Amino acid sequence: MAAPKKGRSASAQSKPGRSLALILIAIVALAGGMFASGNTTPRLGIDLAGGTSITLKAKADQGSAINKANMDTAVDIMNRRVNGLGVSEAEVQTQGNDHIIVNIPKGTNSKEAQQQVGTTAKLYFRPVLASEPSGAAAPSPSPSASSSGSGSPSPSSSASGNQKASSSSSASPTATATSQGRAVTDGLKADATPSSSGSPSGSPSPSGSSSPSPSASSSGAGAEAGKLQAQYAALNCTKPDQRAKAGTNAKPGEPTVACGEINKVWYKYVLGPAAVDGTEVKKAQAVFDTQGASGWQVQMTFTSSGSKKFGDITGQLAKNQTPQNEFGIVLDGQVVSSPFVQNAITGGQAEISGRFTQQEAQSLANMLSYGALPLSFKEDTVTTVTAALGGEQLHAGLLAGAIGLALVVIYLIAYYRGLSIVAMASLLVSAILTYVIMSLLGPAIHFALNLPAVCGAIVAIGITADSFIVYFERIRDEIREGRSLRPAVERAWPRARRTILVSDFVSFLAAAVLFIVTVGKVQGFAFTLGLTTVLDVVVVFFFTKPLMTLLARRAFFANGHKWSGLDPKSLGAKPPLRRTRRPAGPAAGSVDPKEA
Amino acid sequence: MSKLGSLGARLHRGEISYDFVGKRKIWYGVSILITITAILGLAVRGLNWGIEFQGGAVFTTPTHMSTSVATAEGYAKDASGHEAVVQKLGNGSLRIQIAGIETDKSDQIRQTLAKDLNINPEKLNADLVGPSWGEQIANKAWEGLAIFMVLVVIYLAIAFEWRMAIAALVALIHDITITTGIYALVGFEVTPGTVIGLLTILGYSLYDTVVVFDSLKEQTKDITKQTRFTYSDIANQSINGTLVRSINTTVVALLPVAGLLFIGGGFLGAGTLNDISLSLFVGLAAGAYSSIFIATPLVADLKEREPAMKALRKRVLAKRAQAAAGEDLVEARTTAGDDPSDAAPAVVGPRNQPASRSRGRGRPSGKRR
Repeated sequence: MAAPKKGRSASAQSKPGRSLALILIAIVALAGGMFASGNTTPRLGIDLAGGTSITLKAKADQGSAINKANMDTAVDIMNRRVNGLGVSEAEVQTQGNDHIIVNIPKGTNSKEAQQQVGTTAKLYFRPVLASEPSGAAAPSPSPSASSSGSGSPSPSSSASGNQKASSSSSASPTATATSQGRAVTDGLKADATPSSSGSPSGSPSPSGSSSPSPSASSSGAGAEAGKLQAQYAALNCTKPDQRAKAGTNAKPGEPTVACGEINKVWYKYVLGPAAVDGTEVKKAQAVFDTQGASGWQVQMTFTSSGSKKFGDITGQLAKNQTPQNEFGIVLDGQVVSSPFVQNAITGGQAEISGRFTQQEAQSLANMLSYGALPLSFKEDTVTTVTAALGGEQLHAGLLAGAIGLALVVIYLIAYYRGLSIVAMASLLVSAILTYVIMSLLGPAIHFALNLPAVCGAIVAIGITADSFIVYFERIRDEIREGRSLRPAVERAWPRARRTILVSDFVSFLAAAVLFIVTVGKVQGFAFTLGLTTVLDVVVVFFFTKPLMTLLARRAFFANGHKWSGLDPKSLGAKPPLRRTRRPAGPAAGSVDPKEA
Repeated sequence: MSKLGSLGARLHRGEISYDFVGKRKIWYGVSILITITAILGLAVRGLNWGIEFQGGAVFTTPTHMSTSVATAEGYAKDASGHEAVVQKLGNGSLRIQIAGIETDKSDQIRQTLAKDLNINPEKLNADLVGPSWGEQIANKAWEGLAIFMVLVVIYLAIAFEWRMAIAALVALIHDITITTGIYALVGFEVTPGTVIGLLTILGYSLYDTVVVFDSLKEQTKDITKQTRFTYSDIANQSINGTLVRSINTTVVALLPVAGLLFIGGGFLGAGTLNDISLSLFVGLAAGAYSSIFIATPLVADLKEREPAMKALRKRVLAKRAQAAAGEDLVEARTTAGDDPSDAAPAVVGPRNQPASRSRGRGRPSGKRR
């Protein structure tokens, strides 16, 4: 017997039962999860199962023309929103000059998708000047908005002369969006430049200073304030039509009124000019707040200039009193949340929390990440579509694939005989794992299988088979060298292992690079490739190898039964080497360069 | 099977072998010919891009059509000469998408389609659709490929050596060129499925090459410590030694794809299934071929230019000349730099065997490097 090389520890080898049990438990657990969640089949793409088709029509907004460039940008952004990971198989294309068609596969939440593609996602951070629950009788603000002249151009933190609004329905002050039903006047007072009279001083000149402070913009405070106040007073946020009108068409540089829903209550706001806007958000992701009780929130990372602006504005707001220490996060004219600031936030990070469900948080994060649409769209039609390829393609594909696999099995049996049991069991395990994981990924990340992916999976089986073919051939080479089976199995492993790892690493590298760099279907492909590569390694390490070790102890294999596929005679093994003349036989000596 | 088994054994021992490296010029020639054909095909015929890449026309029929999807597909194909995608919408109307149609032709197709479908041409709504696989996706895909190639060359250069990295890259480009060329020649439509197929090949081709290189690296580890084989000899043995594995792997990967291509395609005629399986089939075959006939001989070619390998070749040839001169062939266990001519005669007497079939002996059993 050969002494084990380099003292390879038998740790991995000695407990083959353990890793077999491990992988079987994993399979059972995953399959159990699959049945429990009720997603027993992988989601299929539009080409195989059809889905929903949404037609959107571009609206001529002020400011952006409906032209090819804008439409293409919109297509790209929508594509990334509905197909963030590239695995959901959604398709987005223009139709005619001003329509966009979005096709989403069956089984995805079409409501959610409609929201995602149709939302313009213009995001602004605006300081809150005043807010109160809407629908309740608005307090009549004192009409002396302009004559107050508090004198300090910067927002004063002294709230001395503040009138308490009569109907103060104060929420608890610790909530993120407290609302002291305060009159607008106060908000605007702090804001107004000390113009002594209320005479309108002409057009408001939004200041272009880099650190917009709430005090910067409305020089025509009186008139502006008056107008705003009138709007604010009249606004009833519980009425959807008013809501829709309120914040839209607001110019970022000017104060505006807006609505927002906090904890199922509609609030109305007066907001200052936008301090930071959505283009400054570099990345957004949904996270679950484990410390606080706020549940799902959206974490944003700003660009460097965004961080600075955000730091400035929060620094200023922190000095104010409620509600003027809040800033409103305004998405498409509606306040999604209005957190208050306790101290300047300079880290370039901010969170939006607002009792989101996981899905809401994710889709908001998704929208913020990919930016605002250059045009706004309205839904034209939503209709179901049948499979683009027709079901017969899938059936033919599966049938052909099954026939092909049957041929593979026949080939393996013919060539490897008894060993083909190991091969087939490994293939089966990897097929089951692939199927189960793909089914589970449907609801988890909207993973959908299209026909190319089905074909790819069939090829991936070939790649998996390659791993154990490498291993088997190694074992057989060892037997040809005249070893008995058990040492052959153990000695062949380290070398086969290295080959498998090196070549799988190349595949995985391809998958990782493509997944990070590309978008759309290529990214989806990369995902599938990465998944099958990892599974390949898992199956070979935790299933094929231990199974081989176990079988090597069986007499049928160990004694090289004719049908075991490991028969030294039929493999043409050399008789054990001795220092004697060998009987002349067909087997000539080895010219094994490895020996040299 | 046992024939194959013993074939494997004989390949393993190098009793039978095909001189891949020695005949490399032939295979280079074959590859260059195929590649030139492929490039010509691409240049002359070009690729037939599907609707996902170039957009096209979309026709929407009135609601409640009784025509089946398959029939409409046939009509659309006859009217336009292109593959068409037909979907039934929720309200019973048909959406027919046809790739690559100019506006002037679209009117004519509309008339023909309307006649076939028995509807008033006025009611057949025609519009142009843009690509769903836009430029951005394509550009990103290229970017990803470029980055991957750079990284993989770096990785292979570290894991193996730069010569192997170059050879692997050449084999990869060779496979992709041939596959796309055949696409151009056959004239199949390029769909996202095709592109995915190509990418699959890219991974597989490299994978295959790496498996062969791995055995090559292992076998040439102590190459300078012997004087029986040149680098090319060992490269050749290495290909022959992994030949069984290469054949088996290729068969196992190709059989299902062949099933898709010939059986699936046979049932249905042309279709997406064919597009995908053709690219996979050609690519897998090319990948297996190039790992054996192109990549490894190329490494040998490059290696033989190294001074150390040149010196080895000299020594080996000198030794062989000596043997041919009728001297006893001795097993050389000389270390590099030793003069091979003074090796002690072996324990066992001379054998009446051709020099080329000399064999080692007397090594303690199981001691292998």
